[in-house]
Amino acid sequence: MTQAADLYQDIILHHSRAPRHFGQLEQHSHHIKADNPLCGDSYELFLQIDDQGIIRNATFQGAGCAISKASTSLMLDAIIGKSIQEAEELFIHFQRLVKEPGSPESQDESMGKLAAFSGVWKFPSRVKCAILSWHAMHDVLHHN
Amino acid sequence: MNTTLPAKHVFPALQQKIKGHNLIWLDSASTTLKPQPVIDAVYQYYAQCSANVHRSVHTPGEEATAAYEGSRETARQFLHAKSTTEIIFTAGTTDGINLLATSLSRGMLQAGDAILITQLEHHANIVPWQMLRDHHGIELRVAPISDKGDIDLEAFQAMLTPNVKLVAFSALSNAIGTVLPIKEMIQMAHRIGAWTLIDAAQAVATMPMDVQELDCDFLVCSGHKMFGPTGIGILYGRETLLEKLPPARTGGDMIKSVTFEKTTFNDLPAKFEAGTPNIAGAIGLAAAINFLATVPFHDIQKHESALVASAQEKLAEIPGLRFIGTPRQQMAIVSFLIDNVHPHDAGSLFDDDGIAIRAGHHCAQPLMQHFQVPATIRLSFSLYNEENDIIKVVDSMKRIIEVFA
Repeated sequence: MTQAADLYQDIILHHSRAPRHFGQLEQHSHHIKADNPLCGDSYELFLQIDDQGIIRNATFQGAGCAISKASTSLMLDAIIGKSIQEAEELFIHFQRLVKEPGSPESQDESMGKLAAFSGVWKFPSRVKCAILSWHAMHDVLHHN
Repeated sequence: MNTTLPAKHVFPALQQKIKGHNLIWLDSASTTLKPQPVIDAVYQYYAQCSANVHRSVHTPGEEATAAYEGSRETARQFLHAKSTTEIIFTAGTTDGINLLATSLSRGMLQAGDAILITQLEHHANIVPWQMLRDHHGIELRVAPISDKGDIDLEAFQAMLTPNVKLVAFSALSNAIGTVLPIKEMIQMAHRIGAWTLIDAAQAVATMPMDVQELDCDFLVCSGHKMFGPTGIGILYGRETLLEKLPPARTGGDMIKSVTFEKTTFNDLPAKFEAGTPNIAGAIGLAAAINFLATVPFHDIQKHESALVASAQEKLAEIPGLRFIGTPRQQMAIVSFLIDNVHPHDAGSLFDDDGIAIRAGHHCAQPLMQHFQVPATIRLSFSLYNEENDIIKVVDSMKRIIEVFA
């Protein structure tokens, strides 16, 4: 039997208690809202993307559940320094990781700390929490 | 122990294990569990005849019609309406309000008329009226509530100006459990000649709703929040008003005669029931009403009040817990928040212990905005809950707090 407690791995709890890149970014090229009206999760993301399409810096602020907050914190950790294209590819991989049982990504070491979310697919009502900020980022990068 | 309360085994759902634990259902405000007689009634309709109603001369058709119309009589008695012509079967509370809003929009309300609701309302009693506001120039007013979650009757009175044509409010808040002084509010509305609509979705399983005693003009409720099936509900309307209202939906069953030039609508209540209705749902609803009739409302209220009081007492001892909504009279529902624990995370972890609670805004976002919270943890009680459920919730809550400590 799958316990929800398994969802809350140390890395997720750590990033939800003390999120990284938290706060407003004065110098930003993109200001994104990520809202889940279902549970009231609401974040603002700030991205600083340069002319070469490299994500130079990123922050977020707002409130939500541990899953969405940790996911946002770890997402920003993962995309800072990457190109738009690389971030988009990571979005696709992360999406598979949290939605599909036994995805290749769950065995892929390059996913790094994001692997902590590999059990989320067992809790369909929480997939939206894990993917919330990723979708918001994707919506903006996709149209960039 | 109250002996009039039904035994738990009457609810088959309570016999299941969730992650190795007996299910503790504290989400009755979302939907109540179904007792065996209701399940049997729905099964029997599909197993035995499942013929359509109001059409056929064959025996199964006659039987289906008799069962469906018999359910309407059961619903009439339940709400103490004068006549079955006042009982419209709907798909539920949301559907009933939408039906009424659509009908009112067809010439019964004019631009400049106003509708008054309260800040406690469920989205179902907000959005249909916004549609009238946005498409028909109707003004939508919202009566405020206090910090405790009680309706501000002075402000409510002040908003009752002569152009208010409809006042729509819930009898019992689904999000925080406030019991509204509906009889007083109906009288206040009637003094200026406004119609009144009671959203009784949350109230019907807890308190008696007597439409003649209340003197309301309309009342809506759902079968599934009173031990009945989903997809069935009641719209009660005062006959003199229903006679004046135009149909909201058209098609089969709601007509007397049709030519390509002209249609004559059927009499009440068929005028408002187009197409094949939810026959099994109506039969199941009648079974639910008969089931509910075996337990006096006084006993249900006593039982649920004791559970609310016990939950408040025990939860209050948990550090960092704060109640959302502490109204003068609170029934069946307790909403709260805990420092550093998001309601959604708590909901997932409660599930590990087989405890079903609701985490979220409870389809009442404007109410959440009033309390400046995104969501709450909600416990809602029904007649199958017991003191032990609360003890388990408190134990589970302590374990959850440790996870996020």
